[in-house]
Amino acid sequence: MSGSPVKFAVEPERYEFSAGPMHHFEMLRRDFFKLLGAGIAVFTMAKDSRAMQETAPPRGFHAEDLPKEINAWLHIGEDGGVTAFTGKVEIGQNIRTSLAQTVADELRVPFESVRMVTADTALTPFDFGTVGSRSTPTMTPQLRRVAAAARDLLVGVAAKEWNVPREGLKAADAKVTDPASGRSLRYAELARGKTLAQNLPAEDPVTPPAEWTVAGKSIPKVDGRAFVTGRHQYTPDLRPPGLLYGKVLRPPSFDATLRSYDDTAAKAMPGVIVVRDGDFVGAAAPSEREAQKALGAIQTKWKETPQISNREIFSYLKKNAAANSEDRYRKQNGSVEEGLAHAAHRLDTTHTIAFIAHAPLESRAAVAEWTDGKLTVWTGTQRPFAVRDELASVFHVPESSVRVIVPDMGSAYGGKHTSDAALEAARLARAAGRPVRVFWTREEEFTWAYFRPAGVIEIKSGIASDGKLTAWEYHNYNSGMSAIETPYVVPNRRIEFHPVPFNMRQGSYRGLAATANVFARETHMDAVARAAQIDPLEFRLKNISDPRLRAVFEAAAKSFGWPRKKTQEGQGFGLGGGTEKGGYVATFAEIAVDRASGAVRVVRVVTAYECGAIVNPDGLLNQVIGAIVQGMGGALFEAIEFENGRITNPHFASYRVPRFRDVPEIEAILLDRKDLPPAGAGETPMLGIAPAIGNAIFDATGVRLNGLPLAPNGLKT
Amino acid sequence: MPIELEVNGKRYPVHYDPDTPLLYVLRDEFGLTGTKYGCGEGQCGACTVLIGSAPRRSCQISVSAAAAKPITTIEGLEKDGRLHPVQQAFLDAGAFQCAYCTPGMIMSSVGLLQGNANPSSAEIVQFLQGNVCRCGTHARIVDAIHQAAKAMQEHGR
Repeated sequence: MSGSPVKFAVEPERYEFSAGPMHHFEMLRRDFFKLLGAGIAVFTMAKDSRAMQETAPPRGFHAEDLPKEINAWLHIGEDGGVTAFTGKVEIGQNIRTSLAQTVADELRVPFESVRMVTADTALTPFDFGTVGSRSTPTMTPQLRRVAAAARDLLVGVAAKEWNVPREGLKAADAKVTDPASGRSLRYAELARGKTLAQNLPAEDPVTPPAEWTVAGKSIPKVDGRAFVTGRHQYTPDLRPPGLLYGKVLRPPSFDATLRSYDDTAAKAMPGVIVVRDGDFVGAAAPSEREAQKALGAIQTKWKETPQISNREIFSYLKKNAAANSEDRYRKQNGSVEEGLAHAAHRLDTTHTIAFIAHAPLESRAAVAEWTDGKLTVWTGTQRPFAVRDELASVFHVPESSVRVIVPDMGSAYGGKHTSDAALEAARLARAAGRPVRVFWTREEEFTWAYFRPAGVIEIKSGIASDGKLTAWEYHNYNSGMSAIETPYVVPNRRIEFHPVPFNMRQGSYRGLAATANVFARETHMDAVARAAQIDPLEFRLKNISDPRLRAVFEAAAKSFGWPRKKTQEGQGFGLGGGTEKGGYVATFAEIAVDRASGAVRVVRVVTAYECGAIVNPDGLLNQVIGAIVQGMGGALFEAIEFENGRITNPHFASYRVPRFRDVPEIEAILLDRKDLPPAGAGETPMLGIAPAIGNAIFDATGVRLNGLPLAPNGLKT
Repeated sequence: MPIELEVNGKRYPVHYDPDTPLLYVLRDEFGLTGTKYGCGEGQCGACTVLIGSAPRRSCQISVSAAAAKPITTIEGLEKDGRLHPVQQAFLDAGAFQCAYCTPGMIMSSVGLLQGNANPSSAEIVQFLQGNVCRCGTHARIVDAIHQAAKAMQEHGR
């Protein structure tokens, strides 16, 4: 990969991560008031600050690298405006709104008075990344604690002002009131003329969901008006003075190496800067077209190597599993052999999973600027602090000399964990001595980003005559471990993940490998039920002990009207579901197969989703329905095609994504569990749709489709 | 004599090559970055603008070919601080997630409603088939267009 010194690992759960976090409290305190004006700043440490971050991988990680305990801060200005800080990024999942609701709720201020500063490594607390549906479950409690601490501090300030004991005072409606005397002071008044910074312990408890007043409501997106007017600036929209446009020369195929190089003609072009640094070749110019022309004028010869195609990938994955990889995962309970021996029905299935692309509409982009040896990069990434650390390492500057800022993004879907565009823009900007923007083309995005890993999944199971699972053997080759464990009760099981070395870049995807594992498992479960002549819903419920999983299946079944009788030729009904990352999903689909053309149409979808207490019902609804629509692409037709190190369908014309005509009627039932802390919703709602569609196709046609995508060219029955 | 474009009622001289796609001139030369690059291939609709009253992919038309008629971009819809009914309807329906496709969706929808004041859902779907939304907010977009059509008829726009 040109310009990228970081070897890419599969899946964030396996990321190497040993970066030093930011800890500049003293500097921060000064900068805080300089930046935000006088007022009251509160910094908190969560007692479980380590656990609040993503689980740290075991290798290369030392206790002294841990973030300092301070992990959340907010500021109350003299005008009563509240600014809260989070290292999370907004990618369309609505945290800018939902986290502000959380702060307003806990601080007892109107929603409109809270502003979120997100994903700026110079201003916000260290954060591992906006990955794994962690923003809601980790940031909600952290921000609640800092807001509760701030509220407490304000009460203390008022008590001092009035010279009364704090115990009787009450904080509500952005003011502290003394019920005994009836007097009150607005937060703005309490903050006036102060530069008070306090580092407080963040104590439980915070306001329970049942008592929320601002959180739990469908507040519209705070920046909606900027979106509909085109005023919101995504990374590629930034135009600092003197901006040059950068382009990077891509090899003709993966693993190609540069054999000869001549940039004389390109360098002679007016206003053009050409950089060659190892394998990295790029140009910057006053316009994108001039940069492109400069690249075109560079004479290169490449040595290419023959590589396998998408037609051979599955046999390759089976043959090349790394037997001794440390990433191999193996878990066993009871004896599968015994379980199978005592089974009344047994079934073996093999499932294949194609590489797919995230294809965010905003492709990778970065704007980089060097000033006095310090680097500032605006970029669309889900991991701003990791990108900062990579930039520091690549350019041999201290982390404190690098600032990464992430403008709210044209989404990511798990596809923007890397620093590619940031490194490229920064390298060109250093040579140019001016700010440089690098904005990947659609073809670059489809080719040089990374893919959801392809995989082969083999499942062997047995059930007793009462329909209870007795044995479960599960092997996943390469696609990953998320949701690899079955949520169904099976006494005898063996579950293994076999990583496979492969040269194409593969990595995280929305839901990670859960999209693959839930598809395979739920397809297999359906096939077992059908073979044993048990209703597929009844079969699942028989084998579920988790009441939350049961609840979503039952809720969706009721709205869908399961079991349904077929009323038309080509009609079919199917279901699928599961649990991952604290969320529970069950999805039912009705499909119609046109016998003549083989076209599969999804007619109606009912899904039930539960992720604890709901912070913003309308935002959640938008996410859940969106996940189903996006999931339909991977279910039915998305697949990356490749041959000899080239992606052969790197365009929206040849890589089909869901469009308006594909979208069925979708009903989403949101189960609000006010007794449970909120979990994330970005990923898990996507998991049920692929198996639901596949199982419905079987119901309609008797054809069992075990691979994703199910029907890229329709069914030829 | 450089080419001049009329964009949102204002005249701009163009210094880029006349064969440059309109999109790059709007964004990089004029700073009208509300119009988005999504694919550069006319396959996603993110760069849609109105040329005259017709929605067109600005990545697929050269600046010289676009110069004949007035151009409207997303920045030109709001009048005196009042949103266009289609913008208002998108806002009211919460018809976006990351919103990167939104300007293109809105411009296409404005174009649709100029030719068909009261489109059916099927007509909307047909018209927007070339606009990609990766976040999956299609159903809300269709709802927003119905709302906008209603509002425009009521207010005689």
